[in-house]
Amino acid sequence: MSAPSSLAEALLHYEVVIGLEVHAQLKTQSKLFSPAANVYDPDHPNAHVTPYCLGLPGVLPVLNQAVVEMAVRAGLALSCQIRERSVWSRKQYFYPDLPKGYQISQYDQPICEHGHLQIQGDDGQPRPIGITRIHIEEDAGKSVHVEGAPFSLVDYNRAGVPLIEIVSEPDLRSAQEASRYLKALRAVLMTLEVCDGNMEEGSFRCDANVSIRPRGTLPFGTRCELKNINSFRFVEQAIEFEIVRHARVLSEGGKIELETRLFDSAKKETRSMRSKEEAHDYRYFPDPDLPPLQLPAGLVARLQADLPELPAKKLERYLSLGVPEEAAQTFVEERDVALFFDQALVARPEVAVGLSHLIKGEVLRELKDQPAAIRDAKLKPADLAELVALREADRISSTQQKKLLQGLWRGEPLAQLLAAEGSQIDDEAALQAIVDEVIAGAPAEVEKFRSGKTQVMGFLVGQAMKKSGGKAKPPLLKALFEKKLNGG
Amino acid sequence: MSNWHQRSLTEVSQALAAGQVTSTTLTEMCLSRIEAHSKLNAFLHVDAAGAKAAAQSSDQRRAKGAALSPLDGVPLALKDLIITEGVPTTAASKILAGYLPPYDGAMPRRLKAAGAVILGKTNLDEFAMGSSGVYSAFGPTLNPWDQARVPGGSSSGSAVAVAAGLCFGALGTDTGGSIRQPASLTGILGLKPTYSRVSRAGTIAFASSLDQVGPFGRSASDLAIQLQVIAGHDPEDSTSSSAPVPDYSANLGRGLSGLKVGVPSEYFVAGMDPGVEQVVQAGLEVLREQGATLVPISLPHTQYALSVYYVLCTAEASSNLARYDGLRYGVRAQEKELRRLYAATRHQGFGHEVQRRIVLGTFVLSAGYYDAYYGRAQKVRSLIRQDFERAFQEVDLIATPTSPVTAWKLDERQTDPLSMYLADVYTLAVNLAGIPGLSMPAGFAAGLPVGLQLLGPWFGEPELLRAAAAFERATVHAQARPPE
Repeated sequence: MSAPSSLAEALLHYEVVIGLEVHAQLKTQSKLFSPAANVYDPDHPNAHVTPYCLGLPGVLPVLNQAVVEMAVRAGLALSCQIRERSVWSRKQYFYPDLPKGYQISQYDQPICEHGHLQIQGDDGQPRPIGITRIHIEEDAGKSVHVEGAPFSLVDYNRAGVPLIEIVSEPDLRSAQEASRYLKALRAVLMTLEVCDGNMEEGSFRCDANVSIRPRGTLPFGTRCELKNINSFRFVEQAIEFEIVRHARVLSEGGKIELETRLFDSAKKETRSMRSKEEAHDYRYFPDPDLPPLQLPAGLVARLQADLPELPAKKLERYLSLGVPEEAAQTFVEERDVALFFDQALVARPEVAVGLSHLIKGEVLRELKDQPAAIRDAKLKPADLAELVALREADRISSTQQKKLLQGLWRGEPLAQLLAAEGSQIDDEAALQAIVDEVIAGAPAEVEKFRSGKTQVMGFLVGQAMKKSGGKAKPPLLKALFEKKLNGG
Repeated sequence: MSNWHQRSLTEVSQALAAGQVTSTTLTEMCLSRIEAHSKLNAFLHVDAAGAKAAAQSSDQRRAKGAALSPLDGVPLALKDLIITEGVPTTAASKILAGYLPPYDGAMPRRLKAAGAVILGKTNLDEFAMGSSGVYSAFGPTLNPWDQARVPGGSSSGSAVAVAAGLCFGALGTDTGGSIRQPASLTGILGLKPTYSRVSRAGTIAFASSLDQVGPFGRSASDLAIQLQVIAGHDPEDSTSSSAPVPDYSANLGRGLSGLKVGVPSEYFVAGMDPGVEQVVQAGLEVLREQGATLVPISLPHTQYALSVYYVLCTAEASSNLARYDGLRYGVRAQEKELRRLYAATRHQGFGHEVQRRIVLGTFVLSAGYYDAYYGRAQKVRSLIRQDFERAFQEVDLIATPTSPVTAWKLDERQTDPLSMYLADVYTLAVNLAGIPGLSMPAGFAAGLPVGLQLLGPWFGEPELLRAAAAFERATVHAQARPPE
C-alpha cells in the first residue's frame, strides 16, 4: 500500500478508534479539599489559596461535600453505576504546579462506572458511547512560562479546584463523532449546572486516545494520547492529523510508538511530548488522610429524582414541537440558549417554530460566537416570544419586528416600545389619511388597478409604508386600499 | 521556693491555682534552665518573648480568677514537628531551616485556648524518623541521666525537656514509639493516644496512618491534664474521631483491683537486655500486688510487625515528603534545570535516614512491587490489629517492656539502620493497631531508666492512666530526677 496523501485516502484503508478523557471543573463555591474560593482569576495569581492549596507542611484535606453530589449527578445523567463507597488515592509525580507532590484522585474504586452517552453517529443513527468511569480529583496549578525569562511562574489559584475526569470507551470512529460526543457531554454537564463548559478558560478540557486499524480487522492499533486540544475544532484537527500520520507510518511498514503528543494549533499538527519509557510511575496508593467516601443512604435516589430534563430528552421535545432539527440541536448543545428558548416557550408555547427561527437566526447572529452570552443579555425571553406572536398575528411588520428587537436588546420593555411605536399602528383613521394621500398622488397607478392590473397594489402599499415611516401594517394598508379603490 | 523545676505539671498547676506561684516566675525559671542546659540540645528554638507575654496574660487571668484550664500558665514545649505560626518549624531538617509557618496547627491553637505557655520547639530525629535523637540536622539531644548517651527518639527534645526540668509538660508525636521509647529512656511518662483521638492537623506528617500526637509528663495526672486539652474531634482532620472525650483525671485514684492485665509471651524473648527484663518483671509484680490479675496472652503476629511497619511508614513518608521540593518554601539548591533542582534540593536538604526511607517507600509503591509489599503489609496489618482485638476480649490492659534496651551511647548503632529499627520492636505494633500505649518509669538498670509499657483497647486512655497512677503510687520511680 502506498503512503496516503490525504485524510480521505487514509480512511479508505483504515478505521480510526478514539477514546476521550474529559476533565470538567465542577462549579462549586470552594475547592475540593480546602475552603479557598473556586474562581477563574488569572489577573490575580495566588490570590485564592490557603495553606492547603500551597501544600504547606502540616495541612490536611477536608472534603467539600458539594463536589460529591455534583459528581453523582453527572454519573446518573450518563447512566453510570454509582459506587456507594469509593476510595481516594494519591497519584504521585513531581511538577511545580503540583504543590503536594501528589494529586488526590480516585484510582481503582472511582465513584461512577459503566455508563454511556448517546450521540448521533456519522450514519445519522443514534449511537451509545460507553463511559468507562468518572472519578473526582484535584486540578493542578498553572505554570506560566515567561517568554525569554530564565524562570517560570506558578499560579496556584487553580490548584485543588474540583475536577471530574470522564473516561470514554474507545467507541468513537471519526473525528466528527469525537467532536459530537464532546458537545453532547458538555451539554449534559451544563444542563446539570455542574460545569460551566468554558473551554477557553479550561473548565472543560479534553485528551484523546487515537489509534487506527485496517478496515475490517478487530484488534486495536497502538494508540497515541493527544493533549492540548481544547476546542471542538482542535479535537477534529488533531485527530485527523493523527489518522494521516498513523496511516503513513503503517503503510510504509513502520510502527506507531505508544506516546503522548501535544497538538500545536498554529501548525495544526501533533508532536511527541513523552514516550512510553518516559511515562510516570504514579505509585498510586489509598490516601491515609481521607477515609473512604461513603455516600449517605438515599442520596443517589434523591439525586436521580432531582435530575433535570437532559439534552437528549430536550431534543426530542423540541422536534415534537416542530422545531427544525438544526435549530433544536444547536439549542440543546448550549444549555443557556435552551434555557432561554424554554423560558420564551412558557410565555408563548404556540409560536415555538417561529421563535426557534428567530433565535437560531437573528438572536444567535447578534451573539456571534458566544451563545452562552444570552444568559447575560438584556433581551427577555417572554418579550421575544411576544414579538414573534405579534408578527405571526400580522400585528407588526417584519421591519417593525427588527426595530423592536433592537430595543429589546437594549433592555427596553416591549410594552413601552410598542407604545412609542404603535399609537398610529392600529389607528385606522390615521392610516386612512395616508391611503387617501397616496391615492391622490398616484392617479396613473389607481387607473391601472381599476383596469385589473392588481399587481400595482405592491407599489401603493410601499408608498403608504414610506409615508408611515415603516410603522404601518402592510395587510391593514392593503385592506384599506382595496376598500377604497374597489368600493369607491 | 526554689525547687519548682522538680515538681510535676499537676503540682505547679495546683500552685498556680492557689496563687503560690505565678506563671511569669515559672516561665522565667524554665527559660533560664533551658539556657543553662543548652548543652542537652533539647530545644531548637526558644520563643522567650512569646512565652513571657503568654505568662503575663495568664497571670492577669489567674489574678481575676478567670483561668482557662488547669494548663493556664503552665510552661510547655512542643516537638518541632508541630506547626507554630511565626515561630520557626523545621522538623529538625535542613530542608526547612528558617521556615516560618503562616498558621498555627491544631495543637498550639488548643494549648493557647487553654492558656498554656509555649516555651519553644524541641529537637527530634529529622521528620520523626529515628529512635535516638541523633538523626537531627541540628545535632543530637543528650540524655540528662548520662550525657554520653542518647535520650531515644524521635521526640528526643520533648522527653529531655521534661526529664531535665526545663518545662512541665511537652507534646511529642508517636509513629512507631517516638513518645514511649524516649519516655522510657529518660525516666518519665509518655502517652500515645488512640489513633484519631488527637487531631493531626498542623503537625508535619511522617506516616499519616500511624502518626499521633501525645503528651510527656512526670505523672499520670500530668498526662491526663494535657490530653484533656489536646483530645477531641477536629473537622480539619478527616480521620479524627468524634467519640466523646471523657474526663481523663476522674478515675486516677481508682486503683488496679479487678483489672486483668495481659502479658504477651512474644514480648519477652531473646534480645532483651537482662537488666531491662528484671525491671519489667518487677514492675509486673507491682501490678499484681496492687490487685491486677496477670494473664499470659499471645499476640501471634508480633514477629511481622517490624517488617509491616517499615513497609507502610516508608511508603507513606515517601509521599508525605514529596512536597519538600524547594519551590515554595524551605531551602532551595542552586540549580537552573528543574529535575536537577529537585534532586539537589532533596539530596542536600534531607539527611541520610530520611533519604533511606524515601527510597524504600518509593520502591514499595512502585509498579510491579505494590502488591508484594504495600498490599501485603496492609493485609498483615489487619492481622496484627485482630491480635489485639482478640486479646482485649480477654484482658483490660496489656503490659510489656517499652524498649529492649536502656539508653545507648551516642555513637552506637549509627552505622546499622536495622539495629536502630529494632529499638522500636515493642512499640510499633501499637501504632499499626491504632490502640493507645503508655510508657512509665519502672526502675533502673545499671543506673539508666527503664520503662514499662501499658497498652489499652481503642479509646482506653482512662484505664491506662488509672493503672499508671496506681503504679506511680506504689513505686518511687517517677519521683527520680536526673543529676543537674
